[in-house]
Amino acid sequence: MSDMKQIHHDFEVKWGMAIDIDKCTGCGACMVACQAENNIPPAKDPFDRLRDVHWIYVYKLNNGREFPDNDVAYLPRPCMQCEHPTCVSVCPVIATTKEEEGGIVSQIYPRCIGCRYCIAACPYHSRVFNWFDPVWPEGMEKTLTPYVSVRPRGVVEKCTFCHHRYQKAKEEAYYQGKNHKDLEESAYQPACAEACPTGAIVFGDLNNPKHQVSKLAKSKYAFRLLEKLGTEPKVYYLSQREWVRRQGDHQLEQENKEEVKES
Amino acid sequence: MKDAKYIPEGAERCSLPKFIIWLGAMALIGVVGIIASINIFWNGLGVTGLNNYFGFGLWITFDLAVIALGAGAFFSGFLKYILKIDQLKNIINLAVILGFLCYAGAMVILAHEVGQPLRAWFGYWHPNVHSMLTEVIFCITCYLIVLTIEFIPIILENRQIKKFNFFDHLAHNFHIYMPLFAAVGTFLSFFHQGSLGGMYGVLFGRPFAVRGGFFIWPWTFFLFILSAIASGPVFTMLIATLMEKLTGKRLVDFNLKSLLGKISGFLLAIYIFFKIFDTWAWANGLLPKMGFTFDEMFNQDAGYGKWLLWFEIGICGILPAIMLIIPRIRNVAGLLYIASILTCLGVIVNRFVFTVQTLAIPVMPFDNWYTYIPSWTEWATSAMVVAFSAIVVSLAYRYLPLFPRENKLNP
Repeated sequence: MSDMKQIHHDFEVKWGMAIDIDKCTGCGACMVACQAENNIPPAKDPFDRLRDVHWIYVYKLNNGREFPDNDVAYLPRPCMQCEHPTCVSVCPVIATTKEEEGGIVSQIYPRCIGCRYCIAACPYHSRVFNWFDPVWPEGMEKTLTPYVSVRPRGVVEKCTFCHHRYQKAKEEAYYQGKNHKDLEESAYQPACAEACPTGAIVFGDLNNPKHQVSKLAKSKYAFRLLEKLGTEPKVYYLSQREWVRRQGDHQLEQENKEEVKES
Repeated sequence: MKDAKYIPEGAERCSLPKFIIWLGAMALIGVVGIIASINIFWNGLGVTGLNNYFGFGLWITFDLAVIALGAGAFFSGFLKYILKIDQLKNIINLAVILGFLCYAGAMVILAHEVGQPLRAWFGYWHPNVHSMLTEVIFCITCYLIVLTIEFIPIILENRQIKKFNFFDHLAHNFHIYMPLFAAVGTFLSFFHQGSLGGMYGVLFGRPFAVRGGFFIWPWTFFLFILSAIASGPVFTMLIATLMEKLTGKRLVDFNLKSLLGKISGFLLAIYIFFKIFDTWAWANGLLPKMGFTFDEMFNQDAGYGKWLLWFEIGICGILPAIMLIIPRIRNVAGLLYIASILTCLGVIVNRFVFTVQTLAIPVMPFDNWYTYIPSWTEWATSAMVVAFSAIVVSLAYRYLPLFPRENKLNP
């Protein structure tokens, strides 16, 4: 396969997430918190999901069985901040990069030409396009987060793990004479993790053993979405339900049988 | 005729009013397109059928298709000026004009396509050397300049312009250096035809499009070049034939048409051999590695059934390749045209599935198939490009000596 996957850096700090699907109730608080924090304007047509701007989206999973065996789960999907992102190498104008310590995939709005090649490249649908001019109802513009730039029509955007909060945490660390590569877990949390009422979203440095996320990522119940594609996502999901874990990736019939035998 | 002095010597053309009515009809389609353009630039891409699942749609399909079909320009130039197939001089002018229009049209559509058209030059200012699209931007713009240079001497051949010594000498000098431009055009065109294919082959997050390859080039890189040079010559020939039907005149020898059919036929056979091999390797090697089955790549209900693949490879690949290779079939005009139309249709279907079907397939197991339906704005702008191209070809045919054999073929 293409060597495009090889374009990446190794970082000392790797921000990542562990989302416990068994704890997620699908309430959508993460989506609302993200929307408010990151200055995402209200949708022009709230029912047009495919034109909606969202950085995190909650998918509903179903085991497909009849009652009483039917079971559902909710899967919040932020940007996976992949180790081998599909989107970075394709951008013709370097409007999206993965260069900064922490491994967050950036999106440079004033440089994006809106070609949407990155949208075509991302299998997680983490990237969205601004199809319309952003409009806030009168007065609502006063609630905008001052540290997050608003985006014009015609550019692509995506979840940044609330990068402005990371900047703030680093600045505070510099000010206090602390090591900015060894931030405390509480020093930097994205809005979705902060807002989750059940604590399903755990955020931190995957390389830092003091951070809970580094342990959760190694759980036997942990999995990542579409691992076979080789994107190496930095968002881990946890579920004790096997059918949920299976929906993280595609399996061939043969693989299914083998796994069933093993269990 | 009021414009008789501008019409090539010895050539007969329809009356000026009739010609103006024809241009007016085309312009009307163009005006609808302009209204759609204004709507798009004023209100944004929200007025199209595109969305966050289908970031690419009719426009990119249209671009890729016309660029592939416009390959007749560079490939005919390559055959005439580099391989010295002299017979092609009788259609090379049309090939150049069609190439110019296909590329210029693609640029117009791309200007609609990008969300921030005023930043389009960033491709030069902040180029990402790892992106296939960067190479496409470089080569397409450079090649359009080459095509413009190739188009200029054809305009200078006009009876009235030629009277000026300066323009006559300029045209002569252009002709002397034409092999150089043909070589540059061949180089640029080869690369961006390939890069357009490479654009899809590198998408390792999209199981339908991704391919293995050679060094940095996925197999789609080479397949797109092959399919473009296979369809380009017959597309030029088909347009010449369409012009013959519209004008009621013979413009090129049937021998030349048959030769172009033969060239396309052999190239199509090579292409389809590798295409079948590539599809087989993808279905049996790459897809299972990613956890997908061949069946999961198609969905009849969503409008992306397997018939598209069989249609592309069988009806628009194997069949026309056989028809164009066998002289007895190729030399029957009707069959030659049918085979040529199928060849072009196959390339259009190929570009469509790589652009749209790639995006329609749910990659996450819990996601759904979606269907893309283009909006009127996308159709109208695409039709506008076709209409304006028809106007340019009509003007070129009326006032420029496009076909050197026209007078002899119509005594």
